[in-house]
Amino acid sequence: MKYQVQENCLTIYLPREVDHHNAEEMKREADAVIDRNHIKYVIFDFEKTDFMDSSGIGVIMGRYKTICLIGGEIWAVHANARIRKILTLSGAAKIMQIYDEEDKV
Amino acid sequence: MKNTNEMEIRFDSRSVNEGFARVAVASFMTQLNPTVEEVADVKTAVSEAVTNSIIHGYENEIHKVSIRCRIEDNVFTVEVCDKGRGIENIEEAMRPMFTTKPEQDRSGMGFAFMEAFMDTVEVESEPGKGTKVKMKKTVGKGREIWTTQSL
Repeated sequence: MKYQVQENCLTIYLPREVDHHNAEEMKREADAVIDRNHIKYVIFDFEKTDFMDSSGIGVIMGRYKTICLIGGEIWAVHANARIRKILTLSGAAKIMQIYDEEDKV
Repeated sequence: MKNTNEMEIRFDSRSVNEGFARVAVASFMTQLNPTVEEVADVKTAVSEAVTNSIIHGYENEIHKVSIRCRIEDNVFTVEVCDKGRGIENIEEAMRPMFTTKPEQDRSGMGFAFMEAFMDTVEVESEPGKGTKVKMKKTVGKGREIWTTQSL
């Protein structure tokens, strides 16, 4: 898993497949980084991701619980149509900002 | 006569096998000439069912999970079985956002995803005996049969 911390913002570069198998490791690592760096904003970068199931939603929801306590936000970037569908269907789209490529100026 | 084909796989309930299970099912399904969307739907549903067997059925102990797939014309059936602890209240378990393991960041969306991506989802379970999830999907619904149209 790749991470990038810029000030109080953490970007998580998600793997090709986000399932229960790699969600466990991701949760552990992300929580450690969030704790250590006083993170307020978390960006999930789906650029490489072509598969995600409800375990991925669990990762997002879990991080949201932590971040919203300190008034932060979570974002999704580079999400393809399939990932968007999963985010919408699960209701995760309501609690996070989904950045649209087309909106870019 | 109906066009049928079947396959079965059996594997250890290790999380690393979740990827294997959905890819195996997806590749068996390709003979139906499905769309990318249909394959993705089945992969997600299989992943949810297998994950359930591993974390709820066997509670992370290593036992066997089996998957049986059947093709009957353009209907794809997949059954995911475990001999784990079973489900006491199936109706409650299938309710969206319901989870027995919120502390593990489980979203409670597993069955909701299976129902959203497959045509039918049937759950048979007996506490202490195990669980069988049977899902069906008609592949190529509403697809135009362009090959038979005359120019």
